Order: sequence, then structure tokens, then C-alpha cells
Amino acid sequence: MNVLGYKLPAMSSLIIWGALWEIVGQLELSFFLPALSDIFVTLTEIIGTPPFIKALKETAQAFALGTFFAVSIGIPVGILMGKNKLADEFLLPWVNVFLSAPLTALVPVLMVLFGFGLKAIVITTTLFAIWIIVLNTRAGVKQINPSLVEMANSFGASSFAALTKIYFWAALPEILSGVRIGFIRAVKGVIIGQLLISIVGFGALFELYSAQFLMTHFWAVLLVLFAMAFTLSEFLAHLERKVEYYASKR
Amino acid sequence: MDGIMTTTHAVEVRNVFKNYGDVEALHDLSLDFPKGELTSLLGPSGCGKTTLLKIIAGLLPATSGEVFVNGETVTGPGPDRAFVFQDFALLPWASVLRNVAFGLELRNVPKSEREAKAEKYIADVGLKGFEHKYPHQLSGGMRQRVGLARALSVDAQVLLMDEPFSAVDEQTRRKFQEDLLDLVQNENKTFIFVTHSIEEAVYVSDQIALLLPRPSRVSEIIRPGGFRHKDPDSIRRDSEYLDIVDDIWKSLRTYVE
Ligand SMILES: Nc1ncnc2c1ncn2[C@@H]1O[C@H](COP(=O)(O)OP(=O)(O)OP(=O)(O)O)[C@@H](O)[C@H]1O
Ligand SMILES: [Mg+2]
Repeated sequence: MNVLGYKLPAMSSLIIWGALWEIVGQLELSFFLPALSDIFVTLTEIIGTPPFIKALKETAQAFALGTFFAVSIGIPVGILMGKNKLADEFLLPWVNVFLSAPLTALVPVLMVLFGFGLKAIVITTTLFAIWIIVLNTRAGVKQINPSLVEMANSFGASSFAALTKIYFWAALPEILSGVRIGFIRAVKGVIIGQLLISIVGFGALFELYSAQFLMTHFWAVLLVLFAMAFTLSEFLAHLERKVEYYASKR
Repeated sequence: MDGIMTTTHAVEVRNVFKNYGDVEALHDLSLDFPKGELTSLLGPSGCGKTTLLKIIAGLLPATSGEVFVNGETVTGPGPDRAFVFQDFALLPWASVLRNVAFGLELRNVPKSEREAKAEKYIADVGLKGFEHKYPHQLSGGMRQRVGLARALSVDAQVLLMDEPFSAVDEQTRRKFQEDLLDLVQNENKTFIFVTHSIEEAVYVSDQIALLLPRPSRVSEIIRPGGFRHKDPDSIRRDSEYLDIVDDIWKSLRTYVE
């Protein structure tokens, strides 16, 4: 970031907002916004406690399962849609509908179908993440250089080999950005699931703290969640940069 | 009689028609490709040269008619043919070594074996030392050498080349043409070569098939030959060479106008 010709260090906007937050918090304008320093103090207090560890485990487990299914179903379906016109015409309307649908409104239906446990939460998480992964993979496959496919055919590639050695790699830059956005949506999905379906994990902590107006606790958990989502997204962005060298030359 | 025909022709194209919807690209095209020789397909843009090459490669089905490679009907791609692509068709995410070995990889040749073979052909096309570079780090000419090495390394009897030199500069192109002549001499393979350039066709070919504009058939077969034994520079000044270039230009210009 450049301001008036000076190059600011990385994340300086975060630091500025953090400072602003601290000042507003110290002014005690609203109980809703405690000082950032207080939040960090609370954070260090709760972060090692058994309820927090338990919540973290529950959320991490549901998130991992949900994103696992989103990736392992979303990528093959996206490749299929990109390759096969019939499959594409058949599935694309639904993918678009679900991508923009207010999925939160579907959660009660999922509860009826899949019960009040982990299963429904995992499915909610998957539903939040999968559609953008499908669409991005499909877009990646669609822009593949047709002569790469012809090349593979000319050397007698099986369709499985073409899939794993050509299509997947050619679409990888788009797949990774789809996965990155999908994972961010999955964070939302898992918390909504844990708030609405069964009060477990971080969802339960949010519920508990906001009901008792423990705003420093509430923000502390939110910061942890933000930090984890940020790390994950930065890691995927790092992978994206690794394949950038060929993204423009396929 | 047929027995003799099939042993001397690596590829035979018999009464091939090809329609793309309403567009008739090839109309009753028949052509023989003698074994061990280089045959050029020369004709105006859009006349169906790529189409014919892909039908021989088995990448496109003919609407009707047949193609034989060593006497056997073509139904799809096969190990007896290898394709060199105009846009190189290299995997941008793979090193030169893996790209050259990729044809063998798809045929499930074990890694050490295919890499040894690839290394040999990388050296043959003059890219020794570039094994671990990526396509985007190479010039156009070098990329096409990678494409050529990949086609050579599967050791197919027939090499199909679709305007392989059109994306490289003129100096590189001349060098490639000379290398190609050496290749035809030394490798006992049949080359089918598509080009837009009359000079290039006359320079490298044992046989030139002139194609008519769409719907395409063979209008003329020319066999340059008298100057083949001469050194590269004197060929380009040879009177037979120049006459043939002139004749072909006269046949083609009627369609350009
Ligand atoms: N997939 C396709 N669908 C419809 N028409 C096609 C298709 N491929 C080629 N054609 C048409 O068939 C004709 C022959 O095309 P082809 O690419 O074989 O010509 P070419 O001789 O290789 O041309 P160039 O010298 O420009 O490469 C052209 O008129 C082209 O428009
Ligand atoms: Mg062409």
C-alpha cells in the first residue's frame, strides 16, 4: 500500500484499524465495542480453557469434513460440467440457484432431513462451500487449450489420464481460487450450522456470550475465527501464486 | 498388386469426405504417402489441410472414406503416428523433460526408462541443459523443438506436422528446415507436413500435394528431386527449385485472386 509516495509495511491497514478500535473502545461509547486490549486479555484467559478447546475441536471437525466433501465432490463435478455439454446443461441451473440461494433458510429443512447432529452441520458447511468450487472448476476447464486435449488424445491417453494429467492441472489456478472462496464461505456455513442446528462448537460460544452480553468474550472468539480463516485463505492464496506462472499461458 | 502398394505407402487416404455441418471441407480426397519420404500438403488457407492431417491422426472421424496406415484402417489415434502441433501443445506446468517424456508417460512407460529416452531426444534437438526449464522460459523455436522431441521419443513411424514452423522467426525456420531434411534422411520415418509456404514445401519435400480450395481435393502432385543431394544454400538458388516454386505459385494464384 502506498500513501503520499511512502510505502507502508504489510498489514498496516490492520494496524490502523486496530488502533482506531482501541481508541473508540477506551472512550466506552458502547458496551458493544470493548477496547481491543481488553479483548486480547480475555482471549488469553479463555483460549486454553476446556470449553474453548472443546468448541474449537467441534468446529474444526465439522469444518474439515464439510470442506473435504465440498472439494472432493465439487472439483470432479466441475470438471465433468466443463467437459461434457449435456452434464453442463443439466446441472448448471441448479448450481447457479444454490450459489445465490439464501442457504441459511434451508437449514431447518436440513435439520428435518438429517437430524440435529454433526451430519446436518457438515452438510450445511458443504452446501455453503461447494457451488463456487464447482463453478470455478468448470470455468477453468472451459478455458483449456483444445490442442492440449488433442495432444493427449493423439498419444492415446485414457479419459482418466486426460482428467488427472491435463484437465485438473489446466484448471488448477481457477480451482484454487474457487477453493479459497469456498473455504471462506464454509467458515460462515459451519458457524451458522452450529448456531441453528445444535448449539455446539464456536456457534455455542457465540450464542452463550451474546446472550449474556459478554462482548469481550464474543469478540475474542470472533478474532480467533477471523485469524484462522485468514491464515487458511492466505495459505491458499500462496498456492495460487505458485501456479500463477502458467495461469496466463495455457 | 495391392501387396506392393501397401508396402511402399506408409499412409493411404482413400475417397475421404469431410463435412462440418453444412461446410464441405474435403471432397473425395485420395492421396498416398510413400514410406520414408516427406510429403507436404500445400494449399490456400481454409482448404482443409489441418482437417486431413487430423483425420490421418485419428483425432477426427471422416464423414466417409478410409485411411490406412501400413495397410491397417485408422479408427483412432495409434502408436504408429505422432503429431507435432502448430501451437506446440506443451504442458505449461511441466518441465521440458516431463513434456518430452509425456507421450511415453501416457503409454505407461516406467519413469526411468522414459526419462532416459527423453534425455536422448532433448539432446538430439539441441536442448541439452534445458531439461528442467519450463515452457514459459523458452523461446518459440525452443518450444517447438520440445514438441518435436516429444513426437520423436514415442518412435512412431509416421510424423504428422501441422505448420510446425509457422510460429518461429525466419532464421530459426531455415535452420529447422535443414534439420528436418537431416531427420528425414536419418530417421526411417514418414513425414506428413502442412505448410503455407511454397518455398518451404519445395525445399523440404520429396512430394508435394497441392490442394484445391474447399471442398478440397488433390489438384496436383509434384515430386521435386533433382536438387536433393545439394547443400542447403545452393538448393535455394537451384534452377529446378526456383522453377517448381514458380509453377506452384502460378497454380495457386488463380485461387488467391
Ligand atoms: N470444427 C469446425 N467446425 C466447422 N467448420 C470447421 C471446423 N474446423 C474447420 N472448419 C472449416 O473447414 C475448412 C477447413 O479447415 P482447416 O482448418 O482444415 O483448413 P486449413 O487448410 O488447415 O487452413 P489453414 O491453412 O488456415 O490452417 C475451413 O473452411 C474451416 O472453416
Ligand atoms: Mg490449418
